Parts: sequence; C-alpha cells; structure tokens
Amino acid sequence: MPQGIRDKVAILGMGCSKFGERWDMDAEDLMVEAYTEALGDAGIETRQIDAAWLGTAIEEQHVGKSGVPLAVALRLPYIPVTRVENYCASGTEAFRGAVYAVASGAADIALALGVEKLKDTGYGGLPQRGRGTLNNMTWPNLSAPGSFAQLAAAYRAKHGSAPEDLKRAMAHISVKSHDNGSRNPKAHLRNRITIDTVLNAPTVAEPLGLYDCCGVSDGAACAIVTTPDIARGLGKRDLISVKALQLSVSNGQEAQHNAWDGSYFATTRIASTRAYQEAGIDRPREQVNLMEVHDCFSVTELVTMEDLHISPEGRAINDVLDGFFDADGTVPCQIDGGLKCFGHPIGASGLRMIYEMYLQMQGKAGERQRKELPRIGLTHNLGGFPHQNVCSISIIGHHGA
Amino acid sequence: MTTGILAYGAYIPRLRLQRKAIAEANGWLNPALKGLARGERAICNWDEDPVTMAVEAARDALVGRDRGGVRDLRFASTTFPFLDRLNAGVVAEALRLSEEIAASDVGATQRAATSALASALKGGAETLVVAAEKREARAASPLEMASGDGAAAVVIGDGEPLAVLKGSATRTVDFVDHYRTADSVYDYQWEERWIRDAGYMPTVPPLIGRCLAEAGVAAGDVTHFCMPATLPRVAGMVAKAAGIAEGAVRDNLAAVCGDTGAAHPLVMLVAALEDAAPGDRILVVGFGQGADALLFEVTPAIVKRPGNLGVKGHLARRREETGYAKFLAFNDTVEIERGMRAEADKLTPLSAMWRNREAVTGFVGGHCRQCGTLQFPRSRVCVNPNCNAVDSQDPHPFAEKRARINSYTADRLTYSPDPPACYGMIQFDDGGRWMMDFTDIDADELAVGQPMRMMFRIKDIDAQRGFRRYFWKAAPATGSAA
Repeated sequence: MPQGIRDKVAILGMGCSKFGERWDMDAEDLMVEAYTEALGDAGIETRQIDAAWLGTAIEEQHVGKSGVPLAVALRLPYIPVTRVENYCASGTEAFRGAVYAVASGAADIALALGVEKLKDTGYGGLPQRGRGTLNNMTWPNLSAPGSFAQLAAAYRAKHGSAPEDLKRAMAHISVKSHDNGSRNPKAHLRNRITIDTVLNAPTVAEPLGLYDCCGVSDGAACAIVTTPDIARGLGKRDLISVKALQLSVSNGQEAQHNAWDGSYFATTRIASTRAYQEAGIDRPREQVNLMEVHDCFSVTELVTMEDLHISPEGRAINDVLDGFFDADGTVPCQIDGGLKCFGHPIGASGLRMIYEMYLQMQGKAGERQRKELPRIGLTHNLGGFPHQNVCSISIIGHHGA
Repeated sequence: MTTGILAYGAYIPRLRLQRKAIAEANGWLNPALKGLARGERAICNWDEDPVTMAVEAARDALVGRDRGGVRDLRFASTTFPFLDRLNAGVVAEALRLSEEIAASDVGATQRAATSALASALKGGAETLVVAAEKREARAASPLEMASGDGAAAVVIGDGEPLAVLKGSATRTVDFVDHYRTADSVYDYQWEERWIRDAGYMPTVPPLIGRCLAEAGVAAGDVTHFCMPATLPRVAGMVAKAAGIAEGAVRDNLAAVCGDTGAAHPLVMLVAALEDAAPGDRILVVGFGQGADALLFEVTPAIVKRPGNLGVKGHLARRREETGYAKFLAFNDTVEIERGMRAEADKLTPLSAMWRNREAVTGFVGGHCRQCGTLQFPRSRVCVNPNCNAVDSQDPHPFAEKRARINSYTADRLTYSPDPPACYGMIQFDDGGRWMMDFTDIDADELAVGQPMRMMFRIKDIDAQRGFRRYFWKAAPATGSAA
C-alpha cells in the first residue's frame, strides 16, 4: 500500500462561479469568475502559480481541446497547463493533477480549474454525443437518466423493496436538496419543492421523473493548492488539507461479466474503501461529517450511500427517510444543494464539491453553514453509466485531523 | 436423393394496424376506403425493413437445421433498402452462413420470389430462398389498405423433402399493371378491372393448365391453391376458369396480414405447408409481367413439424395498433417534429463496420478457452477477473441464445422514433451480457428476469447519407420458436 496523499497538500484558496443558465457568459467568463475569487482567497498573484490543470468534459460544446483555453482566459504566463477529461470526474481529476504536482515537489503552487458551458445546445438535458466508433454500433442511444434509472429496477429486484418506498425515498432526497439549494445564493435551482411535486412530475426515464434529475448548468470552480509549509508561510492558519484522492475506473466487468447485479456502483465501493484507507478512516459512518456526492439522479444518491459504506447494504431507504442525510441530520449530504440544485456543469462539479467542504470547514458557508464545523468531508463523482463508469473520491479535512 | 422443399419459415411483424384507423383518418378524402376497412394489416416496427424480416424468416426456416448446408442464398423483394449493396449479403452475414456461398438479390417484379424458387428447384446446391416486402404507399391509397409487411423462406435441396415439385410453367409479357422507377417512391397503378380482365384472367388459367399438364395432375386434384391477388374475387375466378375446386382456394391472409407483395406467394406457400397433409398438392402462382406457376406434392415427411413459428405462430405474436399517425411517422409519409436530439450524426465508418462485422452483424462474441467465460464483444483480454488471459477467445455466437433482463428503463428523453426507448442490461443464460436496445416490447411489460430473445433490427438510420446500420435487439421470448 502506497503511503498516500494524506496531509501533504493544503488548499490555499478556492473559488466558484454562480451556477445556472448563464446565457450572458462564455466559458472564459465563468473561468475568470471562479479564478478571481480563488486568487483573492489565496492571497497570491497569477505569476506564483507553477502549473495548472483544466477539467472539462464536453469541450466540443464550448472551449475546444487542450489546456490553451485556460491559459488564454487567465493569461497564465507560459506555465504547464494540462487539460483532463474523465467524464463527470473531470473536475476532481484536475484537482488530482494539481495536488499530485505539489505533493511530488514539481510545483509549489498549482491551480485546478473545472468549467463547463452546457447551455448552448438549444435543448434541455445533456448534449447528445457519440460514444466511440464501435460503441455507436451496438449501444442503445442511452441518455444519462435512462442509464441511471436502471439502478432502481435492479435495486428493487435485489432487495425486494416496494416501488413506492423507493420512489418516496428518492423524492425525499430531491426535496432535501431543493431545501438546501434555497439557502445557497450560487445555486442554479433555489426553489423549495414538496414530495408531491416530485411524485407528480412527468416521467423522464422510468422510474425517474423530472425532479429526480439534476440541473444541467453552466459554471466553473477552482482550487489553488500548495504545501502546508508554504500555506503557513503565506500566513494561512487552520489549514484545510487533502486526506485522500482515489479513482476507480470500470474495466468492462460490470458491462460484460455476469458477477455484477446492476444495483450498485462497483467502482464507488472500491474507490471509497481505498480512500478511507488512505485517509486513515475505519468507521466512515461515524468519522465522516459531511458529504457531497454525485447526485446526478436521486436514485444515484440513494445507492451511493451504501457504496460509500455509510448505510448498510439494503438500508439506504431507511437512512434517507430517517433524515440521516438532511442538513440537520447526522451526516448531511448535499448541504449546498448538490448537483440536483447547485447544478452540474460537468467539469466544475468535483471542484464545486470541494469548495463546499472548504467553506463549511472554515465556517464560511453563510445561511447553510452547519453549526458544528465539519472536520472530515467526502466528495464523490461518477462519470459514465452504472455499468461502465469512472468514480472519483476525495476526502478533505482539517490539517492533522 | 430427391430435390424439394426441405424446410420452411416465415416472419410477420408484430404490429397490426387496424384498417379502420386508416379509413377513419382518410375517409373524408376517399369514402371508398370505408368499404375496405376490415381486419388488420401487418406493419413493420420503425426498426424493421425487408432485410431484417428476411433474416427473421430465414432463422425461422432454419430452426433445428445445420446452416452449414446452405450453399446459395436468393433474396426476393421489390423493396430492398439498398440498390447497390447486396441485400442478401447482409442476410447471409446476420445468419452467419458460410462466406463460400453464392448470394443474389432477385427483384423488380411481384413474381420475384416464385422465379427465384423455380430457379432453385432446377437443382444444384442447397438454396435458401427468402422473400420479404415492405411496400411504400401514399396515405389514403388503396395499396396502403391492402398491403401488409412480411417475409417467408424455404430451403430447397436434396434430402428428405417435405414437398417435391411436380410441374411448373412460366410466361413473360410486359404487362404493366403498376410500376415504380428508380426515381419514384410510390407505385403508379392502372384500373383494377383492366388488370383483372386483361391481366390475371387471360394469363393465369392457361398457365396453370400448362403446369398441371406437365405434372400430369388434374385441376380437381389441387388441394391448396395459393393465388396472391388483392383484387376482389380474382383468386376465385382464376380457380373456376382453371377447374380448381372452390374449397382449394386458400385464404390470401388479407384480413389478418395484408398482401406482402413479392413475398406473398412464399408466405401463402408456407401457410399451406403448415396445414398440409401427405399427398396434398399445392399450387402456387406468382403474377407480375407474366406469371409463374409451381405445383408441389407434399410428402410423408411433412408430419415432422419443425417447431418453428411459421406464418401461424407469427400471426399469433401480435399487437394491435390503432395509431395511424404512428404508421405514417414510421414510414416518413409525414414530416414530423423529431426534436434536436434527432439531429445527432449517425455516420457509420464503413471500414470500422467491416472490421467488426462479425460482432455487429453476426452478434458473435468470445468464449475463453482458458476459463470458459462467454463474453461480448470478443476481446483480446478475457473479462473474467480471475483469468484475464490474452488472445484466448474463440468466436461464440449469441444470436440464438436465450437471455433475461437484468435492468431496464423506458427512456423518454433520448431520441427514439418510437418513444419511450426501452433498453437495459441483457444477461445470457449461458453467460455473457450487454447493454442493449429492446424492441417489440411495451414499457409496462418490462421486468427484471423477463426472458428475452435476440432479433436482427435496424440500429440507426443515417438520414443525412441514406445509410442504415443493423444490430441485434432483445425482444420478449414469448411466442418464440420451441
């Protein structure tokens, strides 16, 4: 087992644009909005950044390929800039690049920025796109809701859950995220809804209705990271540092080998186990104080509670309905509104989650601030499809915690 | 060894458009349609065409047979999707017939199938004759009412035939009752009474006379008379003029299927074989720019039924469709708003299609020699985590394997010509799985564990370039061959 990343890298500053339908903004504007905030928070100047990572997934829709768009938007002074793409984990991948650069000593200060400008398609939902030459010939024309909806059928079949119970728990998840989003000025969706709103909404992909789906948004988020020593040297106290960064990528087993039953994320189970190990966590349900997970759909959040080893298998419905993950519950999940309401500009999402951890741990989360400051927080991204995906986990916490 | 019909099969699409729905929509324009508004006609699902129907009819005929015996494939239709690409080649590839076979498309006339059949019966290599038709018709036309989509197939060769040819006759004249050119989508047709009085009547009864004379069979001894003709009373009039008993005239399936055009003589022949007893005599006529007549005598081997669906089984595998607008949309008869999601580029790189033809057209995956794991697609490294052997897989066909639904959805967001798009994880009973489109299924039928079988269908239509690509989809196993 490698030694891992725990407490080797601290967050120096973070920023996040407002998410939403930013009709008046290009991707470049969104990048600058997030970066300006982060740079101010870090208290440094652009010339102090040694290397940068740009995370964006559907670049053909906005900035195009390569690291150039980030370098141009921020006028980075000919430093190394790398563009990364790994489905919805792209933002966390950018963060991983920057953190590893600092941990290796190759950079003193590194920037990770994720951006996505999705609302230039002319229609709702994610942009249509090909899946690769051979996949196009055999895969269904599956949408994101259509692929994630299948978790529900498989979960019900495995655990014998009544469809109404699962639907009600899924609705609770969405109502909770709308409540949380209403307290977040940067969130895309800030309206409160009721269980009936969710249950009576039109069906998108059986059994997911409109309110089981997250927003498709424009937005950017970024992090500036450095070593704990440099951070202290720059006058920072009560450092927030990185405890673990894990990634697990499907190798075709779920898609081709009959061992997987379709009701859970094999990648999340593996990535979270490794992340807890890297962070020195052995009782996640007790030790993790705050979670931001990839709630692209309500059912994703539900099964993820089990895959992160927070809820026992088959018990997520109970935990959800008990309010365990509510803003005033034991381990709040999506206290900022989540993908559901903060929004989901793909490349920005992973960094937006870390941004929320960073704010909450410093008591800077405004109206939605958790009373007792969280010490350890977990963020989670899923990209792709339940049967073939990329899962990233980060664990963030007070330095030394 | 005797040459004859060794096997038969058919395919009728599951959707049956109620003729009343056509008449109700178009009666304001042509009140005469109300007089034709009886029964139902078979219509292709959006993902079916003559190629996919031919594959299904051939699979039906080949149930329980070694496909390696087929040395020649003749595909008859006047509605081939491709004018310059061997349609029979797609069928052969989907059936995984030997690459050493001969294959040809036979078209351009409503008697294409009987001509192909007559030529195959002249002897030679074992020949699969398949006919499929999906006629395009203008909205509110009599042809739209009368037509049905469908296919049939017979295997001709030496062995223990179910029926042997006793006689045949043919006549070729340039009688143009209707025509369609390379530039036109729809048929242009002349007056029905003229077609009957100057076409069928002077042509067919004398031809039958020649055929029976060659066979040495009296007209009164014909037990099944297969006379495809949608014009009213033609079959009866021909029978009477030829001296065939009225009771021998077979139902032309107008009420339950419709006239399947170039495929119809074969569809009616297969329906007759399903009912036939040893010693029966089946007379089949194909009419178009002349006519063909073939007389078969049924052998005692007919009692060994093949356990396939045939015409009867496929007619029973049925779902009523009352949505006439849906039929128009499926056939692009009206321009409907498909939404921006339908604009996605469906380019098929032909080089990649060729490289992957075994997987995509043949639905062939891999069987790992080291650990026995079945997997799709066949890959360089075995998917079994306890094996991961390299280059260890033999080709393994999945098309005839039984499977079940592992997970599913009915997706209303993604573009589908027939929303909701139903798809999910299909798991094969013997191992292997794939995320696949479902077809011929209603959203309320979806259930984990539901038994499914594979059907060859259109995967995507590239409207920009006029191409269509095919792959396999999962359909409910109910009503499949034993």
